[in-house]
Amino acid sequence: MKTRALLALPAAALLAVSACGGAAGNDAAAGTTEGGGLSGTLTVFAAASLTDVFTQFGKHLEDQQPGLHVQFNFAGSSQLATQLTQGAPADVFASANESQMKVVTDAGLQAGDPTIFTENVLEIAVPKGNPGHVTGLRDFANPDLTLAVCAPQVPCGAAAQQVFQAAGIDARPDTQEEDVKAALNKVQLGEVDAALVYATDVQAAGDAVAGIAFPEAEQAVNKYPICTLEAAPNPDAAQAFVDLVRSDAGQKALVDAGFRAP
Amino acid sequence: MTKPERHRRVRDGGVPLPLLLPAAIGVVFLVLPLLGLVLRAPWSELGARLAAPEVGQALRLSLVSATLATVASLVLGVPIAWVLARSRIRGRSVLRALVTVPLVLPPVVGGVALFLVLGRRGVVGQWLFETTGFTIPFTTLAVVLAETFVAMPFLVISVEGALRAADARFEDAAATLGADRWTTFRRVTLPLVAPGIAAGAVLCWARALGEFGATITFAGNFPGTTQTMPLAVYLALQSDPEAAIVLSLILLVVSLATLLLLRDRWLGRAGAAA
Repeated sequence: MKTRALLALPAAALLAVSACGGAAGNDAAAGTTEGGGLSGTLTVFAAASLTDVFTQFGKHLEDQQPGLHVQFNFAGSSQLATQLTQGAPADVFASANESQMKVVTDAGLQAGDPTIFTENVLEIAVPKGNPGHVTGLRDFANPDLTLAVCAPQVPCGAAAQQVFQAAGIDARPDTQEEDVKAALNKVQLGEVDAALVYATDVQAAGDAVAGIAFPEAEQAVNKYPICTLEAAPNPDAAQAFVDLVRSDAGQKALVDAGFRAP
Repeated sequence: MTKPERHRRVRDGGVPLPLLLPAAIGVVFLVLPLLGLVLRAPWSELGARLAAPEVGQALRLSLVSATLATVASLVLGVPIAWVLARSRIRGRSVLRALVTVPLVLPPVVGGVALFLVLGRRGVVGQWLFETTGFTIPFTTLAVVLAETFVAMPFLVISVEGALRAADARFEDAAATLGADRWTTFRRVTLPLVAPGIAAGAVLCWARALGEFGATITFAGNFPGTTQTMPLAVYLALQSDPEAAIVLSLILLVVSLATLLLLRDRWLGRAGAAA
């Protein structure tokens, strides 16, 4: 399903990339190769939840621009923000929430104002066959189940706290995982009965994991901002990547991966 | 003959330049990051941070679980070391390689491997779950197991080295005097390599105390039951880097103090005996 969406991507995205190549040429500094082609290395710092879609975007961009190499640093948004404020060299930053983007913009590292490019909501992930018979958010108060949420310090954990609070549920998790992929991993291994992760993570996990949507998720919609960075070693490629993400084809690929249009 | 030589060396105190220079660079390299932590620490908040209940909780859990992991490593690891150093069992080099696998395995992978064996869907864990309803992951026991898995090889290697360096003639003499192998091990070998075991235990304890990857994977992270100091530091880093620095310093100070104290007690006595 994911693959099919991306087969549709090239044609439309080619337009997006060539269009932005022109735009980038107008306002970006020197360093572009002649003929509008992009070259060198593009470094994208992106939230872990974007791993699958962005990897496809990167491959796509490399196919279109043979001189270009796209490399990613996927991690928790706060970790990425820390790395950036500590001087890690990057061209693009895509955060899973606005607060970590604010850390970066407060440090004045952005090249332009960040824009929201997609949204993500929480979903309950259960192992195949749902051994704990989980039906909704209320099951997270059941001490007999083995349950995972994200730690409150990371975005998916903060979102989990919000939905629990909004629903008035006294959650009884057995573990507060360090990031959303770790929480999902426990579901994939069948070691927990349920975990609170993003809809996109359920989508990406394939058949071993089933997702249960719940209405309280609307209380914590994660908005994903993206921006190019002031110190970007490859500003033109950075802009091309952001444009690809925001193009119709890019948006469609994101929706197919479980994200929502902003 | 060796004794006066040693004394002379100590009195001279001179270190040859080819040793001094790399040693100095090495020390600077090892100590500078620590200095960085000290310099960046928000000293004014230190008291308030220390008083936070979850810090004490994580610290206590760390110390207890690292100590239990060290005890488990001693009970299981010293016999392994003896088998590797003294027995004539075939395939010892293979055994040694297998036992030290956790040294090269990324700890996170070690955590996943523990799941596959001891998790509730694991080979042993599933049987345990079905017969008793008990599951190991996400418990303090899981913390101890993860730390033991990662830290025991350090002890095994140290003790094996000590056994190999120990003079086997004392053991031979004990045997000719009629002691069986178990008595020889207990009365001769153990006292002989005690400093090596102590050094191995310290190394093992330190490794267990700093363990992160296998613990957070296999035991998860929950304050009070499985959140050790390294996990607390990592998570604090996600939202509050200054708190992470403070927690790191607390862990460092406590572990250094413990190690220095133990060193004086164990190796001080051993040194005096030498």
